[in-house]
Amino acid sequence: MYEGVVQDLIDELGRLPGIGPKSAQRIAFYLLDADPVDVRRFADVLIEVKEKVRFCATCGNVAESETCRICADPRRDQSVLCVVEESKDVVAIERTREFRGRYHVLGGAISPIDGRGPDDLRIRELMQRLADGAITEIILATDPNLEGEATATYLTRLLKPLGLRVTRLASGLPVGGDLEYADEVTLGRAFEGRRTVD
Amino acid sequence: MHVTHLSLHDFRSYPELELPLEPGASAFIGANGQGKTNLVEAIDYLATLGSHRVAADAPLVRVGAERAVVRASVERGDRTALLEIEITPGRSNRARVNRGPLPRPRDLLGWLRSVVFSPEDLRLVKGDPSDRRHFLDALLILRSPRFAGVRADYDRALRQRNSLLKTARQAGRGKGLETLDVWDGQLAAYGGELLAARLALLDELGPYLAAAYRDVAASAAAERTAAVAEYKPSFDHPDTRDRDVLREAMAEQMRERRRDEIDRGVSLVGPHRDDVVLSLGDLPAKGYASHGESWSFALALRLASYDLLRADGDDPILILDDVFAELDRDRRSHLADRVTEAEQVLVTAAVAEDVPTGLRGRRYDVAAGTATRAEEATDA
Repeated sequence: MYEGVVQDLIDELGRLPGIGPKSAQRIAFYLLDADPVDVRRFADVLIEVKEKVRFCATCGNVAESETCRICADPRRDQSVLCVVEESKDVVAIERTREFRGRYHVLGGAISPIDGRGPDDLRIRELMQRLADGAITEIILATDPNLEGEATATYLTRLLKPLGLRVTRLASGLPVGGDLEYADEVTLGRAFEGRRTVD
Repeated sequence: MHVTHLSLHDFRSYPELELPLEPGASAFIGANGQGKTNLVEAIDYLATLGSHRVAADAPLVRVGAERAVVRASVERGDRTALLEIEITPGRSNRARVNRGPLPRPRDLLGWLRSVVFSPEDLRLVKGDPSDRRHFLDALLILRSPRFAGVRADYDRALRQRNSLLKTARQAGRGKGLETLDVWDGQLAAYGGELLAARLALLDELGPYLAAAYRDVAASAAAERTAAVAEYKPSFDHPDTRDRDVLREAMAEQMRERRRDEIDRGVSLVGPHRDDVVLSLGDLPAKGYASHGESWSFALALRLASYDLLRADGDDPILILDDVFAELDRDRRSHLADRVTEAEQVLVTAAVAEDVPTGLRGRRYDVAAGTATRAEEATDA
């Protein structure tokens, strides 16, 4: 146990995800040693992020104003919507620069164990966005795990009757990998999702 | 296959152990509590990522240590592989093969195969259905490691679905069940696959089981009574091994019993409710078989597993953990006769006299966390 505020800092850091007691201690002492200006800037950002950042009223992504940058961008395709679980999935897909449509962030996946049902996700908001008929294709980009698949299946049942084109991200072999090292589930999925070559 | 070297680091009672091993029979002799079983448990952990003694990982790490490491060199034909697992309770374990890290510990399955006989095996006959389901699934995973994933997904889908049913029951009839169909679909998909695989496995195991029981019991009575293991599902399904047909049958049953499931707040249909009925002749082994017959049956199940794996073309490592003390003289020698040919047999016993002569092979004395090769070793 350290004295007063040093221990407080270690305790606070230790509550962050992925940081154990030893890492917390290392970071605390790094901060003690660091330039006061750097630490001040770090502290300011922490305060600012809680005060300024909000969630986009349209898509649920993190934003600094009423609407996020992507929803506000008139060049983005209005007819395609990509549904993801978290804001960080938006960033991941944006990095690809392949997708020019807009997003809808659900805020998680259906998981009864964690007490999360459809009402706890932004599904009602999704349905409202579809009401005016501008959106014609929905890409379901939830995680390829049990909960992500369940959420995608649930949404498919909800969306299909609306006459939209509903697609699911393909799952299969990683690019740059070796076929022989792929696990059997991934390889099996890749077989199921194979396509004709021209 | 056989293990040529075993290293332990903070595993159970061993701070550090380097143990060269050879093919053929090796006997580990030592008083209780000296660490005999820990040695073979380490090898079994590499093969199954589980222990035959405990369900959680925490007891596997030496008291006061943060993590345990088990490392084994395995020779298979003319190829050697160095397998390694680092066990850290409360975090994900890390596995390596030939010093290269694997994406998931589960990927270690299949590199080493072992069959363990232990005093706990009597539970296969006398215990709960869960003991027999575990036996089947463990053998299934040993043969095709892919099923570790199917089983894990099934268990997770089951927990999600049970959680949903339970919440719905507490909230009042029919509330919050709009995603039940989705979980039904998931559960039936994995359930159908698991069920199909278990049925196919029992089909294959049957002949080996009957033969193994005759060999172990080896009495006039045993000649006339056949040992049979029959799958007892929790729902009626067509007699097929086609997973899609079984999935449909399971989904159908879930629809039929939905009201009941909602009332009770728990999933009532699927492989998690199934059992394997073991019988001798016309009578179920559980409740009817004598203590000796029950032992013969348990041994026969393990021997049949061993024979089946061997027929796949890979001689698994045989581990006989403290099992001879439980058996009478006849069963001891019948079992020994059956396994002397194995590529590698590791035997543990409190006293050397319990080990049949054919299996004494090289002898190691185990005491206070060390295993030393005894000088008077080979008597063959």
